Formats: sequence, C-alpha cells, structure tokens
Amino acid sequence: MTIAKLVRTVLLGGITAGLVTNAALAADITFWTWRQEDKAAYEQFFAAFTAENPDINVKFEALPDDTYPTMVSTGLAAGKAADVIHTHAYGWLDQFVRSGYLEPLDQAAVPSLANFTPDAIEALSFRENHQVYAVPFATMTLGLFINKDVFEKAGLTPPTTWEEFKTVSEALKAQGIIPLANGLGTSWFNEMFVSVFTGPFLGSDFGAELSTGATTYKDPRYAAALSKLLELRDYMPPNYAGVDYDTAGQLFLSGRAAMLAGGSFDIANYRKLNPAINMDFIAPPAASAGDASHASKFYDGGYAVNAASPNKEAAERLVNWMGTAEFGNMFSNTLGNISPINGVEITDPILHHVAELNQTAVPHLNVVYFRFGKPTGSEILQANITKMMAGDMTPEQVGVEMTNGIATWFAPFQGK
Amino acid sequence: MTAERRRNSSPLSRRSLWIAFLLAPAAVIMMTFVVWPLMSALQLSFFRFEGLTPGDFVWFENFNKVLFQSPFREATYNALWHNIVVFFALMVLENGLALLIAYALLKELPGHRVHQVIVFLPVVLSAVIVAFLWKLLLHPLFGVVNAALGLFGIMGPAWLGSEPTALGSIVFANVWHWMGFPTLVLLAGMQRISREVLEAARLDGAGDWTILTKIVWPLIAPSVTIVTVLTFIGSFNWFELPLMMADMEGSPGRSTDVLALYFYRTAFGSVTSGIQDFGQGSALAVLMFLFVGAVTVVALKYLRSREIEI
Repeated sequence: MTIAKLVRTVLLGGITAGLVTNAALAADITFWTWRQEDKAAYEQFFAAFTAENPDINVKFEALPDDTYPTMVSTGLAAGKAADVIHTHAYGWLDQFVRSGYLEPLDQAAVPSLANFTPDAIEALSFRENHQVYAVPFATMTLGLFINKDVFEKAGLTPPTTWEEFKTVSEALKAQGIIPLANGLGTSWFNEMFVSVFTGPFLGSDFGAELSTGATTYKDPRYAAALSKLLELRDYMPPNYAGVDYDTAGQLFLSGRAAMLAGGSFDIANYRKLNPAINMDFIAPPAASAGDASHASKFYDGGYAVNAASPNKEAAERLVNWMGTAEFGNMFSNTLGNISPINGVEITDPILHHVAELNQTAVPHLNVVYFRFGKPTGSEILQANITKMMAGDMTPEQVGVEMTNGIATWFAPFQGK
Repeated sequence: MTAERRRNSSPLSRRSLWIAFLLAPAAVIMMTFVVWPLMSALQLSFFRFEGLTPGDFVWFENFNKVLFQSPFREATYNALWHNIVVFFALMVLENGLALLIAYALLKELPGHRVHQVIVFLPVVLSAVIVAFLWKLLLHPLFGVVNAALGLFGIMGPAWLGSEPTALGSIVFANVWHWMGFPTLVLLAGMQRISREVLEAARLDGAGDWTILTKIVWPLIAPSVTIVTVLTFIGSFNWFELPLMMADMEGSPGRSTDVLALYFYRTAFGSVTSGIQDFGQGSALAVLMFLFVGAVTVVALKYLRSREIEI
C-alpha cells in the first residue's frame, strides 16, 4: 500500500465513522395525539424545537379522536406506540400509569416541571403516590359565551347574577331571541352545562369536601344547585331535549341565541366558523349580588413519555421543551387555548379574560375527582341529568344515584 | 400387500390433503379473527384489570358484577331489555312489512320491478349515511319531519332527545334501512312456491289474506327461519345506528342503550365519560356470545321443525 493510498483509506474511514456517529446521535421520535386539526400548528412547534435541537426530529401522527384511548393502549401494549404520547389527565392518565406504560418524570430530567402550579402537576400525576407522568398542556375553562352583537342590538347587558340572568333572558325571549343555546342532546356537553351553572351555587369548597368524602352528592347544597337548572328550561331552545352540541353552536354563532354555556376550547373553533362573531366568554351568573362567581376548570391533559421508548432521552428533552414559556406562548397564541405554563403571555383579549377566570375557577367535579373507577361520576351524571330535566327524576335522586354509584369504587363515599 | 394398500389409500389421502389445503386459508382466518379473539375475551373475563393490563385472576367476579351487582346489573338488564324490544319491533315492523311487500311484488303488479329496486335501495347505503340522514330528518329544530308536522299545527317532539321516542326513532331508521333485505329473501321463498298451488287456491275462492296466511306463510318457512335468525343476531349486535343517532352512552338517559354499546363503553371507555375495563367488558362479551348462540340454536331447532319441503 502506498502512502497516498493509506492516507485516502484513513480519511475515508474517518468520514464514514463521523457520519455513523452523527446518525447514531440524531434521533427521530414520534408524537401521538388525537388533535388532527392541530397538525399544522404542531409541525410548526416541532420545527422550532428541531431548530434548537438539531439532533432530534419529531414526527407528528394523529389518531382518530373517538378511538384514541383504544389505539394508544393497544399500541403501548404491543410496544409499537410513539415516543411521546399526548394524554388526557386524571382518570384517563391513571389507567395508563397503572399499567406501567408511561415514564415517571422528575425535575432532573424535565426541569420545566417547575413552571407549573401544584394543581396542574397534580392533574397529570398518579393519584396514589402523586408522581407526575406528563407535562401539562392546557386548561379548559367552562363558562358563558356571550354574543355581544345580539346583546347590543337588544339593548341589554350580559348578566352577572342568577336573577339578572332570568330578567335578561325574559327580555331576550320577548324579542324573539333564544336566551340560552344549550340543549341536552349531547351527553358530555350536558355535563359541562351542569358544571357551568351549578359551580357558582356550590362555591369553592364543595369540590374539596367531595374529594375527601367530607360530603357526598347527597348534600342538600348539590340538590339545590341542580334544581336551579330546572329554571333554565324556559330559556333554552324549543325541543331543547334534542338540541345537540353542534346545533347549540350554530344557534349561538348565527345570532339566534344570545348565550351558550360551553368551554374555552371552542373559542378558536367558533372564530373559525364565524370570523365575524363579536363574542365574549364570561363567568356564569353568581348566586346573588355580591357573591363570587366561579367558572369551572380542568386540565385537559399533558405530554407523556412512553416508558418503552428506545429514544427516552430525546423524548424527555421534547416534553421538557413543551413545558417552557417559549412553547406555551406559541401554543396559546397559535391554537387559542390557555397554556398552564407560568410566564406565558396571552395577548388575545378573550383568552386573557379566560386566564383571569381561571384564578378563581372551581374544579369540573367529576372530571377532576370521579373518573378513577367504574362507573365514573360522569357516566352517572350524564345518564341521569336528562331524566331530571325531563321531570322524571328529582335533583335529590340524581345526588343519591351519583353517590351510590361512585361508592362502588370510592371508599370515602361508602356507607354514606 | 403394501402396493395394494398404497393403491387403496393414496387417492383417499390425496383427496383429504386436497380438502385440508382448500380449507386451510378459511380455517386460519377463522382461528385468527373469530376463535382466537373469543378465547382471549373468555380468558380476560376472569381477570381484574389494573389499568389496562390484567391483574389478579378473580374467577367469576366480573360476571357477578355485570349480572348481580348494582349499578352494573341495572345497566346490563336495561340494555338487554332494549335488545329484546328491538328484536320484536323489527320482527313486527321490518319483517311484517317485508312480508306484505314481498307478497305484493309476487303478484307482479305493474311497476313491480321498479318497486323491488326502490325497496332494496337503502340496503346498499352504509349505516353512517343512514344515521346522518335520519338525524337530519328528525332534527328537533330544522328537521323535515317536524316541519311537515308543523304544517298541520303539530309541534313534533325532540325525536332523538326524549326517552319515549328515541329508541323508536332509531328502530324506524333501521326498518327503513334494512327492510329491502327480508323482502328479497321472503320474495325468493314465495317464488319457489308452485304457481299451480296458488292458482288452485284462488280457483277455490281463497282471497289474498287466506292465501298469504294459509298457503304462502307455511311454505316460506325456510325463508322465515333465515330472516328470523338474522334479525335476532342483528338485534343483539345493534351498534352503529344507536351509536351514531344517539351516542355511546345510550342517550337520553340510557333509553337507547343496548348490549353492544354497553360492552364497548365498558371495555374501551370513552374520553368524555369513562375509563376502560377489559375484564368487565370481556365478561359482557362472553355473556352476549353465549346468549345469542344459545337462543339461535334453540330458535333454529324450532324453526327448522316447522319447515315443509316444497
């Protein structure tokens, strides 16, 4: 071998080794979500992440919303799931953690966990040992959408108390406007409707009392709050029993209805459906003048790391980045949702207002406390609330059904 | 001797091998997609689930829960009752109408071929389209049905939103969707009846009702057997229409809940209401399989016994 040949061989070997080393360092990781509609936004987020972390490429993959739990659990069981999983919070997360599918997170690997409030961390933690398993991604606030143009045209101002709500609703009805767009045709939306209007009557301590078993749904306060819903029947659309989530949205967006009890997750959606809409999102009516008015709130979910991921370190770097204010700002301002990350600046006026409502919001009861066993509080409430509104059950009976059903798996309710 | 045995056995074993070879693909598919999932469900039904993975072996605890423990027991019997109601409603409405239409088509009145196509047309539509179409037609505010009732000064109800009408509305959509199928099966059965028999009856002065009930009905027993068994299996597998016209929760107030919905909700959960429990879900699936299998076998025995060779 000549010296020239030897030099060429060494150089070629060096280049090849360099390429191999780079390839070994670079990681292609996958992100699974149910949010197909957010594909463009997430790809933009991940491009920003890769710009800062050139050795990690993130592939966005959306799975169908309604079969998401099944597909994720099947993928995880088969060892074929993504490296980073978009999860829901509370009981939904709990079942994945219980199966050992998700990687526990700590501030050593994910320092951005320090950017969250304790209740945000608790929402994405395993209930039994408070170990966090996902980086929280959004809060959802339940309150009252107001069509400002309709109110202006009717010469009315949005109500702040229950009595005002009824007076304003009568005035709207007299002008041929449906006061409240909500119907009862969609189970999950009915539960939000209940939460919006009962929250101010139940107050800020009721959830905490329920969660420890200091009280149950048999509490007269709960029956009294539910009975208020019966008064709303006069202000809902004709045939409200069959008016579903989509129809309620259409009634509100078209201006046929003035108000809609719903969630902050629809702000961006409603703007997309009717860019000309002049709306606001306010707290539901307070029990009476001078009382605090509480919106309801829950954490929608988080970003978790697959415990069986071969790229765990890269996945943790991604979820850590998704807990930074940089990501939170992009998230809130692109997707129109509230990021729970401390230090996020929300520029949109409605979202800013929602963030303010969050400061005094009460928990969305069943989602936060009673989706950890079967039957869940949500299943029981959703099955019975239509009966109550149809007059086939009393509010007290609904409370009894809920307490007895939840007591089958929630020890603090047993024997009460 | 050996050569003789080879001569005798070779064609038989070759034939057996050939049959086995032909059956193998179907057998593999059956084993993979029917037998294996069934066995898996049976196995899972004996475990308590810790999250999404099987935990302790608990014998019949899951069966005990869904059959005897409140509030699961009530949900099981409520769903089962709705399946039974659906079966009888479909037998009377769907198959009863199909029988009358098939008899009318048998008479080959003018335009019968067009009618035959029209009756069968909805069968080719997917359940998703049918559900969407009927949800629009029955919409409480903008639906054609309530608009038509409004012309007569009647305010139509929230068909799918009120408990007394929700299940009936979905059954009605099912009748509209599937009526063409039993019509064709029953018509095929009627066309096998000798024309001479029908003409002789007519010459003897028998009217249409007598011919239909005394001659046609007994002679189409094999077709009735098929239609009855398929309606029974279909009623107990009822899933797509109630899911899409109502929802996974059997709304409103569980008034449209059926076993398949209850099973799916229990096993696979739902983002908006419940968590997953494969143990209880599998117990429900096993019970459904046993119930449908047992009733089908008994019904087939009975129905076959009344069949008459034409």
